[in-house]
Amino acid sequence: MALNKESNGFTFGFAIVLVVVLGVILASLAEGLKPLKEKNVRVKKQIDILSAMMDVEKEGIDRSNAETEFSKYVDLSQAVILNNAGEEVARGKEAFEVDIKKEYRDKNLEEKDKKFPLFIAKDKKSNETRYIIPVVGKGLWGPIWGYICLEEDMRTIQGVSFDHKTETPGLGAEINKPFFMDRWKTSQISNDAGDFQKYEVVKDNSGSTDPSKVDGITGGTITSKGVEEMVNRSLEIYSNYFKNINSK
Amino acid sequence: MSADKKSSEPLFSKKNKKLITDPLTDNNPVTIQVLGICSALAITVQVNQAIVMSLSVLFVIIMGNWIVSLLRNLIPSRIRIIVQLLVVASLVIIVDQVLAAFLPDLSAKLSVFVGLIITNCIIMGRLEAFAMANKPWPSILDGFGNGLGYGAILILVAVFRELFGSGTLMGIPIFGNALPGEESGLYAIGYQNNNLMILPPMALIIVGIIIWVQRSRNKALIEEH
Repeated sequence: MALNKESNGFTFGFAIVLVVVLGVILASLAEGLKPLKEKNVRVKKQIDILSAMMDVEKEGIDRSNAETEFSKYVDLSQAVILNNAGEEVARGKEAFEVDIKKEYRDKNLEEKDKKFPLFIAKDKKSNETRYIIPVVGKGLWGPIWGYICLEEDMRTIQGVSFDHKTETPGLGAEINKPFFMDRWKTSQISNDAGDFQKYEVVKDNSGSTDPSKVDGITGGTITSKGVEEMVNRSLEIYSNYFKNINSK
Repeated sequence: MSADKKSSEPLFSKKNKKLITDPLTDNNPVTIQVLGICSALAITVQVNQAIVMSLSVLFVIIMGNWIVSLLRNLIPSRIRIIVQLLVVASLVIIVDQVLAAFLPDLSAKLSVFVGLIITNCIIMGRLEAFAMANKPWPSILDGFGNGLGYGAILILVAVFRELFGSGTLMGIPIFGNALPGEESGLYAIGYQNNNLMILPPMALIIVGIIIWVQRSRNKALIEEH
């Protein structure tokens, strides 16, 4: 067959056929794997939420059983969505779907339209209520985020889980290590009157004695300050909500 | 296709074996051709990551070499680079999607670097230099050899960096417990992890040392200037 493979017609034809074939393969692959990938994202979020209130590794929770374990602890029908003044705007499962990272980055979204989800969980051992607050902020190189779990009194931190995308290894990246996250435990987000008190990440080692101070990470100052800003900005909103429902 | 190959030479003839062994030693794509350095710097902090990255590159380069070699007599020479790029890009997207679906934690750690396999010069280099001019079987072997040569260096660098940077290998503590307050093993007597090992410049230094060792053992590799 006399096929001139350097002709324009053949070149175009070859390109079109190749692109169509590859496009069909990739599109069907992406579509086929979509449910799996969506499940992965959902499960990761569930593990992150749970890890604020417990040591998920010790409890034997991993990707395989996260969905059933999550529903044992967290009642999504009780979850609340707040606005930036700390007022309840909605209640129910949709709180889980709020993408606070996206809303935090979205410059066109007005502050008053942003949603702040609050998850209500139950500690199975003590049967006490736990309040889990998602937070998001900026580190030195990229986004940082986490979950803060409050005890039944709505002011004492029971545990936190922080994570980051690209902080410096060995320095700022240590915010997701237990030694740093443990420093937040038992400190309080509000005073006896229920008013929010700001956190300070300090360098002088006073964090272990003062309930509103937390020791930062040496060499990770900007990331530590990012955590401070993230926690203060978010907790202020939630402490308003807690103050209101307590005074009712 | 397979019939005429068998009649001409055995599957693992001396020539074909050389296609695999050469990139592992005297023609290593990383240490001799100094290609693929970018990813060698980025994802060699942990051995696990290096292994997954090596397997991904191995898959892309073998499949890429094979597909391009099958099409080599059809590809119009004016658009051959774009065709190669398309093939590589599609393979990389397949790897990326499969990792995201089945190994989500590793996929998150490797982040953009799986996507950046597209820009790995080793792959484009082998497609253009070898697969465009050779039959499918030698092309598969060539891809296998080069992918292995790349992976071997990647994993070697990662072993050094994870061992001395984090004190672990594949996540398993080697020198004892490094947690402040509960040190054990080497850490109890004052040993500390080297944070420089975790930073990208150290990968360059380790690759440099490997190149130095290799060339001082085999003087023929030293270029004349």
